[in-house]
Amino acid sequence: MLKVEEQTPVTFSSELLAKFDEIKSRYPEGKQKSALLPLLHLVQAEFLWVPTSAMDQVAAYLNIQPIEVYEVATFYTMYFLKPQGKYALEVCRTGPCCLVGAEKILSHLEDKLGVKEGEVTPDGLFSFRGVECLAACGFGPVLQISPEYTFYENLTTESVDKLIEDLKNK
Amino acid sequence: MSRKLLLEHINVPGINTLEVYRQKGGYRAVEKALKTLTPEEVVEEVKKSGLRGRGGAGFPTGMKWSFLAKPEGVARYLVCNADESEPGTFKDRYLMTYIPHALIEGMIVSSFALGAKVSYIYVRGEMMPQIRILEKAIAEAKAAGWLGKNILGTGYDLELYVQPGGGAYICGEETALLESLEGKRGNPRIKPPFPAIAGLYGCPTVVNNVESIAAVVPIINDGGDEYAKIGIGRSTGTKLISASGNLVKPGVYEIELGLPVEEFIYSDEYCGGIANGKRLKATVAGGSSVPVLPANLTLKLANGEPRLMSYESLSEGGFATGTMLGSGGFIAFDEDQCIVRNTWNFSRFYHHESCGQCSPCREGTGWMEKILHKIEHGHGTMDDVDLLWDVQRKIEGNTICPLGDAAAWPVASAIRHFRDEFEWHIKEPVKSQSQNYGLANYATPIEKAPVTEEK
Repeated sequence: MLKVEEQTPVTFSSELLAKFDEIKSRYPEGKQKSALLPLLHLVQAEFLWVPTSAMDQVAAYLNIQPIEVYEVATFYTMYFLKPQGKYALEVCRTGPCCLVGAEKILSHLEDKLGVKEGEVTPDGLFSFRGVECLAACGFGPVLQISPEYTFYENLTTESVDKLIEDLKNK
Repeated sequence: MSRKLLLEHINVPGINTLEVYRQKGGYRAVEKALKTLTPEEVVEEVKKSGLRGRGGAGFPTGMKWSFLAKPEGVARYLVCNADESEPGTFKDRYLMTYIPHALIEGMIVSSFALGAKVSYIYVRGEMMPQIRILEKAIAEAKAAGWLGKNILGTGYDLELYVQPGGGAYICGEETALLESLEGKRGNPRIKPPFPAIAGLYGCPTVVNNVESIAAVVPIINDGGDEYAKIGIGRSTGTKLISASGNLVKPGVYEIELGLPVEEFIYSDEYCGGIANGKRLKATVAGGSSVPVLPANLTLKLANGEPRLMSYESLSEGGFATGTMLGSGGFIAFDEDQCIVRNTWNFSRFYHHESCGQCSPCREGTGWMEKILHKIEHGHGTMDDVDLLWDVQRKIEGNTICPLGDAAAWPVASAIRHFRDEFEWHIKEPVKSQSQNYGLANYATPIEKAPVTEEK
């Protein structure tokens, strides 16, 4: 078992497993491992992160070894291997966004939320981190909020403040 | 106004729906191809069009298609590369968001040409909204009989699926993309064998960029010869340019290849000039991987002729005085931007995104990031500039995939053209923390770099 965080085992609902089945049907016989990345996204949308027990169950479901899931979950940046805030804010920090003020947005978020990059606010609502290019360079600075990956463009410190307030009051 | 082939109807309300897309002539290419052409004839039209891969490599699409192996009884695949991750590039997101059916129509025609019965659109995972848009559009198309069994009664079957990535720039490299689609880490494969022989699940596979596939639609509608009349020389057709940075009007523009760079930057039809009345310092013309050019070499070739937006003109002069069209990610820097800081930022990106398979890239990108961080933050020494040059030279050409080259080129070009600015950071460690160098005192190229062909 991959030791990433103390955790209680999660259970997959029948609805979630039905979605698994639909995705698995997209690939040829015997190539069900192709479903791994989409399945991990479904897991993350359900639990807001990817606990080890979920990875083990995905491995069993796809009839592959747990290590085949761990190596994928740790390779790709989108999978959270520890719990995040209910709203995980991801701000693009790559060149073109920095030309138009992304670094200011990141430091503003740190002040506003009172936590460092990667930490969760005490109320459990927010976490944030800088991520690499989100392919929206002409509309920077940008951020996205998982698990829905709603997208916010042309950010200013004021629009970020408003966004945070709106999410708090949701 | 220049001719628009892909974005002609972008502002039509409801163009993201099948109904409006059909009203504007959508899916004519599917009807024409499936009912009146053979797969070979479709490939022939694409060859005649001169279309070159729009993802960055610029390899002729028709030729790539003709390499596809067709052994009896073995499945063939078309995989669309929608893993758009090259900093500065956001055209595919735009196309998929607003005209998803253009991609789906192109996928059907292209799959028919290649004999694929199942095709995948691999979309980068961060684009969940676009994935939802595409899935909805595919369901619409399927309900209307454009996908599924026996399309238009022609006996041709096609299933089309959207596959999300997991957040990894490297999966834009076609063999890494195929690994990822097989549910593995995105480690590029050693070539040969090329995907055309052994790709997805070991079967013959073609991987094409979103824009390339969408361009197949006008090629089939109007004919390859008509398409080839647009553009200039071997740069045929139109190209989507993603314009970002310090511009008055950043955004996605469809241009006819051959447009002067100066017109693209300053004309009101396109970017409208540099924002806030400032002056242009430098550009990265084709996504973060291509060499950065100072303003003078952006607008004019070394011999003083105007530089054009085309594969050939942008690479004129090799890496000594030229750059590349790449993916069309056009980033403009105004006079207040710091080349050292931006180069450090890009190096951090490549370090972060290196898959770690090849030592020169895994270690070298980290070295470059550290050295650049040191210089940018006022701790550099003169030896560091030479060390940086040395490290990038040892990465380029020594890795399985082009990520290594892509990491080396921005660093090499920044030193080549802006060495003065690097040295100023070292000589003025305190001042460089509070102010910028300003417009470049362009350095003389420190070496005559060999002309590198676009790969």
